[in-house]
Amino acid sequence: MEQTETHKPNVSRLALFLAFSRISLSSFGGAIFWARRELIERQRWITEREFIEMFTLGQLLPGPNVLNVTVMFGYRFAGWTGAAAAVAGFLGWPCLVVVGMGILYQHYGTLPQVQQALTGMSSVAAGLLLATVIKLSVVLPRHWRPWLFGALAFVGVGIMRWPLLWVMGALAPWAVVAAWKEQQQ
Amino acid sequence: MNPVDLGGLFLHFLILWFLAIGGPSTIFPDIHRYVVDVHHLLTNAEFAEIYTLAQVAPGPNAMYVTMIGWHLAGWLGVAATTIPLLIPATTLTLLVGHLNERYPNAPIGYAIRRGLTPITIGLVFASSTILMRTVNHDWRGYLITLLTVAVVLRKSLNPLWLFAGGALAGILGFV
Repeated sequence: MEQTETHKPNVSRLALFLAFSRISLSSFGGAIFWARRELIERQRWITEREFIEMFTLGQLLPGPNVLNVTVMFGYRFAGWTGAAAAVAGFLGWPCLVVVGMGILYQHYGTLPQVQQALTGMSSVAAGLLLATVIKLSVVLPRHWRPWLFGALAFVGVGIMRWPLLWVMGALAPWAVVAAWKEQQQ
Repeated sequence: MNPVDLGGLFLHFLILWFLAIGGPSTIFPDIHRYVVDVHHLLTNAEFAEIYTLAQVAPGPNAMYVTMIGWHLAGWLGVAATTIPLLIPATTLTLLVGHLNERYPNAPIGYAIRRGLTPITIGLVFASSTILMRTVNHDWRGYLITLLTVAVVLRKSLNPLWLFAGGALAGILGFV
């Protein structure tokens, strides 16, 4: 792999596999909260800004966002075998768990107590996602333009419920051009 | 149950995942259409139950496609629905990751990352409010959600305890 100027910690393939296993196995109701907690707060492998930038790229690419982050993260630290180790940790376990749950579902269907517990856990999952985005928003500069783009994206998708592709198509070119010009100055 | 055309399922899912820009939720309606309406592989109720179960399993939310595959055709079904999910990530994403590491200071890369980060934050914020409105039926659900936010922002408690608390509140009939 090419050497870049960025100073990055040494991370082994085993450490990648274990970290992404831990993220995956704790990820109830969405993985971004757990990925942020593991990679930034526990391991201190990347900063808040590097994480959100990787997540931004992950969102532009097709497929599950955090899976794309997993691939890019593993690749950054240990090349394509690092990416493979991270993906094995991230998808291997949930695959087995989901099949196990599928077997239980085929035999027992769903119990009312299980349904009630799931309802309570879903409310917690919503809170974790909200807390994650509040923490991540510290990377936004104190300038009106990024906050305007963020607010427009939120209103378009969250309030108006327009399709994501329309909202991205309308906002992304302006946002990229604005960042391009700012960099030229 | 009709015999399942696994090759067709694989190909359809493969095309869908390449279109899934912005995440799995963007192709959810079309997976439902293909599996329930067009090919009658699952009933609407079965689809909803499998989806809910998979949402609370650990791992990315997209794993419901794995459970659909298992339900339809065992391990071969798992392969037919899960491998397509991996292909965009292991081709396109690896390529973009490589370019980004190789040219970390490329102006166009910088402009894309910096320019789109605020939009990403707005979109995650939108997802969290949509999720909040979908799962919470009354003020008690919102109370649990907001308590979770307060605890996570102030304390470094492992949030699995919050899940245990949420499950308990559900079983005791609070929500």
